[in-house]
Parts: sequence; C-alpha cells; structure tokens
Amino acid sequence: MSASNTLSIAPSLADVGGPAQPLITARDLTCHFPVRSGTFAPKKVVRAVDGIDFTIRKGETLGVVGESGCGKSTTARLLIGLVPVTGGKIIYDGQELGADLSLRNLRRGVQMVFQDSFASLNPRLTIEETIAFGPKVNGVPQAEALAIARDLLDRIGLDPARFAGRYPHELSGGQRQRVNIGRALAMRPRLLILDEAVSALDKSVEAQVLNLLDDLRRDFDLTYMFISHDLNVVRFISDRLMVMYLGEIVEVGPAEALYHKQAHPYTAALFAAMPSMDPDARTQVPPLAGDPPNPIDPPSGCRFHTRCPQASAVCGMTRPKVTTLGPGHQVACHLHDPNSGHPEATT
Amino acid sequence: MLGYLFSRLVSVIPVALGVSLICFLLVHIAPGDPLVAIMPIDATAEQEAEMRAVYGFDKPLPVQFGIWLSNAVQGDLGRSIATGRPVGPEVTRAVGNTLLLAAAASVIGFPLGIFFGFMAGYLRDTVWDRIITASAIAGVSTPNYWLGMVLVIIFSITWPLLPSMGAGPGGSGAWVWDWQHMRHLVLPAITLAVVPMGIVMRTTRALVSDILDQDFVQALYAKGMTRTGVLRHVARNAAPTALSVIGLQLGYLLGGSILIETVFNWPGSGYLLSVAILQRDLPMLQGTILVLAMFFVTLNLLVDIAQSMIDPRISRA
Amino acid sequence: MTFTTTPASVVIEVPAAPTVSYWAGVWHRLRRDPAALICAAILLALIFSATFAPWLGFADPYTGSMINRLKPIGTEGHILGTDELGRDMLSRLIYGGRLTLFLGITPVVTAFVIGTTLGLIAGYVGGWINALIMRVTDVFFAFPSVLLAIAISGALGAGIVNSLVSLTIVFIPPITRVAESVTASVRKLDYVDAARASGAGNFTIVRVQVLGNVLGPIFVYATSLTSVCMIISAGLSFLGLGVKPPEPEWGLMLNTLRTAIYINPWVAALPGMMIFITSLCLNLLSDGLRSAMNVRQ
Repeated sequence: MSASNTLSIAPSLADVGGPAQPLITARDLTCHFPVRSGTFAPKKVVRAVDGIDFTIRKGETLGVVGESGCGKSTTARLLIGLVPVTGGKIIYDGQELGADLSLRNLRRGVQMVFQDSFASLNPRLTIEETIAFGPKVNGVPQAEALAIARDLLDRIGLDPARFAGRYPHELSGGQRQRVNIGRALAMRPRLLILDEAVSALDKSVEAQVLNLLDDLRRDFDLTYMFISHDLNVVRFISDRLMVMYLGEIVEVGPAEALYHKQAHPYTAALFAAMPSMDPDARTQVPPLAGDPPNPIDPPSGCRFHTRCPQASAVCGMTRPKVTTLGPGHQVACHLHDPNSGHPEATT
Repeated sequence: MLGYLFSRLVSVIPVALGVSLICFLLVHIAPGDPLVAIMPIDATAEQEAEMRAVYGFDKPLPVQFGIWLSNAVQGDLGRSIATGRPVGPEVTRAVGNTLLLAAAASVIGFPLGIFFGFMAGYLRDTVWDRIITASAIAGVSTPNYWLGMVLVIIFSITWPLLPSMGAGPGGSGAWVWDWQHMRHLVLPAITLAVVPMGIVMRTTRALVSDILDQDFVQALYAKGMTRTGVLRHVARNAAPTALSVIGLQLGYLLGGSILIETVFNWPGSGYLLSVAILQRDLPMLQGTILVLAMFFVTLNLLVDIAQSMIDPRISRA
Repeated sequence: MTFTTTPASVVIEVPAAPTVSYWAGVWHRLRRDPAALICAAILLALIFSATFAPWLGFADPYTGSMINRLKPIGTEGHILGTDELGRDMLSRLIYGGRLTLFLGITPVVTAFVIGTTLGLIAGYVGGWINALIMRVTDVFFAFPSVLLAIAISGALGAGIVNSLVSLTIVFIPPITRVAESVTASVRKLDYVDAARASGAGNFTIVRVQVLGNVLGPIFVYATSLTSVCMIISAGLSFLGLGVKPPEPEWGLMLNTLRTAIYINPWVAALPGMMIFITSLCLNLLSDGLRSAMNVRQ
C-alpha cells in the first residue's frame, strides 16, 4: 500500500520516551461501580477491575482473555476514559493521566473498536461523516476532515467513490467493522483497543479484517490491545497474553510460551476448553464447572479457589503473590510460590 | 414481594404531595387575590378578616400549604362560594355517582375491547382485523361529548327509547338498582366506554400480534399443542401489559366522564366541576380535582401492585 | 500471520443498492399508504379553507338573522343550515377550523419543543437532574389529561391564551417521558461512547449523534397527541372555558347548539362531526407516519 497521502499517518501525539518506554503502564488500576438493588437496600459495589498492574509495550499486540464479566472490557474502557477510574494510575508514554496528560489528549493517543458493528455506528450519519466526526471535533476544518475520511476509507479497503455516502444499514457486518476501524484511526492513535472487534463476524470475514489489522499496524505504526474470547485468534495475533479473572490479572506471558505451557490453573482450564482440530492435542484437564462468582462479593484469598481443581486451605485465606517464571512470564498462584504454604507448591 | 410492596407504597407519598401542591396552587394561579377568589361576593369585612386568619393568607405560601393540607387530610376542603356549604360532602356524593358511571362503562368497554383486540391480533391481516382496527381508530378519535349528543338524538329524540337527562326519574334522589334508574345509565355509560374500548382494542391487538410472532409460539405449535392451548399461553403473556393499559384507562374514565356528565346532566363530579367553572366556584373546583386526582393515584398504585403479582418479570425481591 | 491469500485492500463483498437517506425512505413508504395520503389531503384542505376563508366567498360567520334561525340542512342559500342565531353553518364551520385547529396543534408543538429539551437533558445527563425532572413529570402524570386541562383552565378562567397555557402544560409531561426514555436508550449505544472517546463535548454529541436518532420517535409520539389535544381543547370550549362567543369554534358551537337538538338535531351535531373527522384524520396520519418511520410503541 502506497503512502502517497501522509495526512493520516503521523500519530497525533508524538513519541516521548523512545521505544523502551512502555506505551501504557497501569498501576493498581481499580474500577468499582456502585449498585443498588432497591430503594432501601444498602449500597454495594461491583469490583469490575480490582487493582491491576500491567504494561503495553510500543508496537506489540497484547491479547487479553478471560470469561465474560472478568473485567476485560472495563479495563479497555478505563484506558480510553469511558468509565471513571476509582483508583490507581494510567501512564501513557511516561505521562500520568490527570497529572501530565489530560483525558482529551489521552483520547488522541488511544482509540477503540467496539464489538457490535451496528450499535457503534450512528444510523443517521453516512460513514464518511462518521469517520470525519473525530477530526472535526478536534478542530480539523470540514473539508480536510472529509479528505481524511476518504483517505482512510481507501486504506481500510472500501472504495471512497462507492462507499463514502452510504449509511451503516447499507453495509455488511465486515464492511461496518472496517468503518469502525477507520473511525478510530481518524484520531491517529498510537494504541488501538479492539474489544471483541472481530468476534461477531463470519470466519472468512474475520480473517480478512485480521489481515487488514496486520497491514494497518505496519502502516500506522500501531500498538494493539486485542480483547477476545477466541483463543485461536488471540494466539495468532498477539505477542503477549494477559489472562484476567474476576477483575484481577492471574497470568501474563509471551503468547507462544503460554500456549504451550500454562502456569495458572485457570489459564490451563481456558486452554483446555479451546476446541482443537487435532485429536492428539486434546487434553484430559477437566473443563471449568459453573459460572464465575459474583464480582460484588468476590471470594477471599485467591478469587479462583472456589472453582480451582488444585485449591488447598491457603488459597481461601491469602491472596497469592506474583511470581516470575521466565522472561516476561508472571503468574499469581500459590502453586508457583515456594513459600506460599500450598502442599503442591513448586520448591 | 413485601419489599416491593413497601417501596411502591412509599414512592406514592411524594407523588401525592406533589398532586396536593398543584391543587393548592390552583387557587393561587387564578387571577386576582386568592382570598377574594375563595370568598362569597357579598362577604363582609369581618368575614374577610376571619377567612384570612383561618386560612392563613397573611402567612408565607409554604405555611399556607401546610394549613391547607392538614385541613384537607381531615376532610375539610373549604366552603363553596356559590352555596356556602362545605365542599367535602358534596364532592364525596358526586364522586360516588361518577364511580358508578365509570364502573358501568368499564363493564361495557373493557371486555369488548379485549375480546375484539384479541380477535384482530389473532386474525391478523384478515378482513375482520381491518374492520376491528378501523372501528378502534374511529373510537379513539371520537370526541365523546359529541357522541353523547348523537346518541341522545338517535335514542331519545328520533326514537324515544331511553332517557337523556339525570340519574333517575324525577330529577334528584338516591340511586336505586331498578330498571327505572338503570335506564338512565345506559347512554352515558356507552358514550363513556367508546374511547377506552378503542384504546384497549388497539393495545390488545398489538400485544397479541407481537406475541404470536415470537419463537416460543412456534415451539408450542411444533410440540403439538392445540390452538386453544396456544391461545392460553398468548393470553397469559399479554395479561400484564393489558392490565396496565386498562388501569390507565380507568383513570381516563374519571377524566372523560367530566364532559359526558355535562351532556347528560349526570349528577357526578364532572357535573359539579362544570357548575363550579360557570360560577367560578374555586374551592369547589379545587376540592373536586383533588379528590379525583387522589383517586387516580390510588388506582395506579393498585394496578401496579396487581401487575407485579401476575407478571413474574417484575422484581419481587 | 497467514489466514487467507486475500489482500486486505480487496473486498469480496457485494456492493449495496444505491444510497437512500432516511427521510427519502420514509417518504417513499408514506407515499404507498392510501389512508395516510387521503387524511393528509383532507387536513390540508381544512387548513387551507380555514386560512383563506375570507377570500373564498363564504357568508359572514358573525352576522345572523332572527327570522332565519335553525334552518335545516339543505336550505336554499344555507347548504348546511343555520345556527341558533341564524348564522350560516357552513361558513361558521369553515371559520371555526381556524381556532379549533390552532388550539389543537399549537400546544402540542410548544410541548414538543419544551418536552424534548427536558427529556434530552434528563436522559442524557442522568443522575439527580434526571431524578428531579422525572419526579416532577410523575406528579403531572398523576392527573388524567382532561382533568388537568380543566383544572388549570378552570382556575385561570376562560380565554384562548389560558387554554393554550393549560393544554401545553398537559402535554409537556408525556412528551418529556418519551423523550427521556428514547434518549436514555440511545445514550447507551456504542456510537455515543465512540463519540465521547473522540473527545467531543456533550453539546456536540447531543447535536450530531443523539438528536437525529431521538427526534423521529418523539415526533411520531407528538403527532399522536394532536388529535387528543384537539378533542380536549374543543372540550374546554364546550364547557365554557377556552374560546368565548361569538367566535366560531367547533367545541363552543357544539355547546351553544346543544339546546337546539330538539328542533334541528343534525345541524346541532355538525361541529362535533368536524372534530371527529379531523381527529380521525390526525390519528390515521400519525399511524401511517409511525409505520413509515418504523417506530415501535
């Protein structure tokens, strides 16, 4: 793809700390939602995200997996400022949100593609208007914003001459999701969060969009945070994997390493439940039983102990420490902490 | 269930207070001095001073509201300017007659509305559906005070079959359950029933037709259930919404009867209101509105509770 | 990464039909609804004849003659008869459309503007502002609409302005409620979040992203209130509130002709017939608009 038009290539926020500095650092990031079940019921909080630490490196793709309700989407929405941060810090390229960096500027560096391609496009705007909206509200003149939109349509594989004036209901699901990607790119972000962005598509269309994402990453020098429940897709697109359970991170590591050997019993259960075409690759690990506990009142100690096949007394009492297993591979599980007191712990 | 009941009961209190406030303010939005507005025209200066003290017109508005509200709660709704009699008992008697009329209209309107609405929804896109839908729209569009006149022209003047005035033979007198009195109820009740019947028909038709489109109905047929069996399922699913619409329409009957009572000289709250309007009898107007509105609030509460009992989707936590 | 051999820039998807904007689609569907079209034509004819009545050669609606009182329908020179003061009924019915239609439509238009604004604010901002607006709305909802109109009009006294004020107050709460619920549901959609994520201010989001998607349903709902509003406003005049004699207005005419039903019943019923036809047309047109705009209730 030629870069004849450089209008939308340069990120809107210039690089500050060089390639070694993480693009995103989250420290003790927390998000609690107050809920009320009735007029007189006591106030409770949903611990959607409960004190997580992670980094996203420049240029990598971080895959995020976990069951629904584990806090994947809330983490994404925290990073883009769509839900208020209850506690902790978000640091973008060395600048702390709220201290060195305004929310408005963070949003120029981070954009998101939503799962529902229909609900995420305004039915009353043409796709060209939808893509041009972001630049326009950031002070780009109308004509230039439309030029950006048309250029982007070309780059996402939709011929501007045929598609610019169309409405969302006149597009297919795959085309709409391309528009959503274009809309996000119009803000010239450096981090693009893809929240189940290809999950609702047909497999063949999904493959096309994934290929497009791969091209765009090179063209636009992007970093991806890729949220999905489809481990096959996550494995192929991600450099690193982050596994979440009930608002906490249980394991982080290189995608290939994690794919071959999972340290946390929860990760192991997730991978065991993954459908495989290879009969020899089928595992004997029992699949997860039941539903995750209620995030309003999470279990004590290790949150997974209620469903963990290897749980012991210590798991219900103390929160596991984070143990480093290899380069970039960390896990929060008593089994891997020699001093935890778990009878089966590695020594 | 008890928790829901309790919170629903508590939530009525601010609404009831708000309704009282609006009724209280009616006298104050009237042009001129509110004191003059609620006093007989030939009142003496002493009477004026006494009224001023009793109703606290020299005090700030919130205090006046407090005085008025505590009087109203004890049944004292002030005195009529026109007759000088206390408003409370007159309103009570009139509202009784209005409820009689509304009940008669409900008995006519709701069963017919539900029946024809159900038919139209079930026989969707047939001739029957079109006829029923068209008559429902006509019913909804009818100015009922005009319909009353037309019925009088047909059934009292052209063919003198039914009486057109009052609630019984020989003018006033208590209601008796005999044919002589019930004859007087026929025309006003039919008139009053037409608009709510149209609305209930339209709602029921839409509900039934929506439910028949749902997958579970296909599943019922697929597992071999008979038509009547399926219809029973449809009816159970339509019931909660239909009930809430009927509840709202009961309230409409209270409002709609005002104009109809004027047409038929029916001695109810609407007739009382129209007389109060003609004589600018504000205490009477205020008292009647307050009682009718409180009745409507209570009715809505009862409908909500009834709905929560038959609809499993409403929280019973 | 290799999934398929298809390059990203090649799209193997069938091109869609030529672009049709939303309103063009609505008009296209409405054009195929004969009932709605006939009703629109009748309403336009009524509005036209009422507006231009003085130039259409009708008799003076205010001048009567005592010897020509209560002539029946079909009388020479008075095709629809005369009223209790000997004034020409046809002329009074045509002229009567002026005030009746004005009083039936204006309150809904005003309430649409105010109610939409309140509902947008309540639905978009949420929180205690929503609670404040919606609780006040609940209180007004606790009155049946006819009762509230009569209460306010009865307190304010007869008159066109008082009638307009009371009817507007009656119709603000229902429109606010619909506007609030539609706005609250649109606000939850991802495209509003996406607009927020692009750094747009609330005012811009409401103007560009929300307004276009909520106005349709609110508008359809408001049109369905027009017929009710006309029936109630004529009802107010019928009760002696609203318009004062000798102005021609259908509700008031119905009232003054009530005593004439024993002499000339069908002439007396004519003004009500006009209210009925107009309100029927308004309802059918509103129904047609609803299905053309795909609004569900």
